[in-house]
Amino acid sequence: MLIINSPVVELSEIQKGIFLQKIKSPEIANGILPGQFLNIKVSEGFTPLLRRPFSICDVEDDNIFLMFNIYGEGTRILACKHIGDMINILGPLGKGYNFEDEFDIAVIIAGGLGAAPFPYLARKLKDRKEIISFIGGRSKSEVIRYNIPNSLVATEDGSDGFKGNVVQLFENEIRNYFNKSIKVFGCGPNGMLKALSDSVKKLSSEDYNIKCEISTESAMACGFGICQGCPIQDANNPEHYHLICKDGPVFNINDVVL
Amino acid sequence: MKTVDLSVNIGKLKLNNPILLASGTVGYGNEISDFIDLNILGGIITKSISLKPRKGNKPQRIVETSSGMLNAIGLANVGLEEFINEKVPFLAKYNVPIICNIAASSIEEYVECVKVLNDEETIKAFEINVSCPNVKDGGLQFGNNLSMVGKITEQVRSATNKTIIMKLSPNVSYIAEFAKVCKENGADAVSAINTLVGTAFNINTRKPKLSNIFGGLSGPAIKPIALAKVLEIHRNVDIPIIGVGGIMNWQDVIEFMIAGASAIQIGTLNFIDPTASLSILKGLNDYCIERNIESISQLTGSYILE
Repeated sequence: MLIINSPVVELSEIQKGIFLQKIKSPEIANGILPGQFLNIKVSEGFTPLLRRPFSICDVEDDNIFLMFNIYGEGTRILACKHIGDMINILGPLGKGYNFEDEFDIAVIIAGGLGAAPFPYLARKLKDRKEIISFIGGRSKSEVIRYNIPNSLVATEDGSDGFKGNVVQLFENEIRNYFNKSIKVFGCGPNGMLKALSDSVKKLSSEDYNIKCEISTESAMACGFGICQGCPIQDANNPEHYHLICKDGPVFNINDVVL
Repeated sequence: MKTVDLSVNIGKLKLNNPILLASGTVGYGNEISDFIDLNILGGIITKSISLKPRKGNKPQRIVETSSGMLNAIGLANVGLEEFINEKVPFLAKYNVPIICNIAASSIEEYVECVKVLNDEETIKAFEINVSCPNVKDGGLQFGNNLSMVGKITEQVRSATNKTIIMKLSPNVSYIAEFAKVCKENGADAVSAINTLVGTAFNINTRKPKLSNIFGGLSGPAIKPIALAKVLEIHRNVDIPIIGVGGIMNWQDVIEFMIAGASAIQIGTLNFIDPTASLSILKGLNDYCIERNIESISQLTGSYILE
């Protein structure tokens, strides 16, 4: 874990309302894994007060990438940064995706801005595994395909791709891979993750060889375990919460109650 | 180069400098030790410990507000046994005073915790968190009830010779009264202030943002209140005060000391900059050198009101 000031080298709007910020930070770039996150101080003073957590979106040489929309005060400030402005970064934080275990097919399932961690994961996976991706949103404008390979799209209103939710689409398509060992990497709104949890349970009961890790999110203050502000129920122990910042944000989907 | 004596005394407890890390913002020390050498600190106040482990509140536990944050963690902690077996040995490696914050739901539980921990060499003092619901009194907080605060102080005093610091709630009309009752019952010091009760609503769902409805407000938003409470206690009661509430830099520390604090606690700032103590220490040292202040303790209560 480091606290470091790093300069913005590029800011682009990859599609309407979705920003990609490139920051030169060799120290972070060399140490971070897909699914981990950074807690960013968006201004020099203490307005806003707290840092903002962002998934690592991608890493390329000495540069890291953050993906965000303008959601509140913090992201508004971040979107107004100029090239050369310094960003104060605390990280890398949390536990990322385990992509080095045994499986044949990597399945990426992203809902809305849940696409953020996958360009980096896909970069790490692309030379070793077959990747199939499912990208969802309520409508076309929410679908973020940026650097996610081999993707199928689902929108709830049918404005792009399959009409319905992304987990339904995944379930339809995965039928073609019954004899393969599948690892699902999910990130998206809680409703999507719940549906994914049900789907994985169902497929497991039908003897699919499937495992699944998901990235979760929560309001948090510190990002490294001291504030205890980001609990998620432990599925194996009703008396215990995991902390999303430290024990996650990536969990085996069977280990948490969504 | 001149040296400044940054040491301060809280009753019989001597600290190398006035910077303590506040309970609940430093865990049990291990996470923050990745960022700073704990030995540079005046002391560490551990996360509230209760007799048995507490799971804490459901999410959502944190809400950011203007210049502050609300938290409703619900005193989540590992319990006394794991604290002693797993957390104290880590803290024992450091040469920094460890102050153990204690939370309880009955007077007996406060006393039991103090008795058990009294034998732990590493723990130099107790900070008693009275902002906890009293189960026997329908969940009303001990800290709002003058006679209850007096009783807790008296009972924990009889259980230990170590330094006792009572952490006072600001959610009372006259905090100096509480400080007075702490002194009369044998407390060595008071911490002022704990968080202020607050809440926040989601205007779309009309539901409170915190699962617990109410939370504790901390951060720079509460600093003027904390300063006023410190001053109120200092002007009315002769007891060492540990100032806490919204300290974000060394200037804030000086301000608290002028208002009457003998030492201070850094709280919410630890979440944003866990290394802040380093720059604060330097700032305190430079301030004293520039003004020919030989000992920082001279600042305590040095306000000029006329």
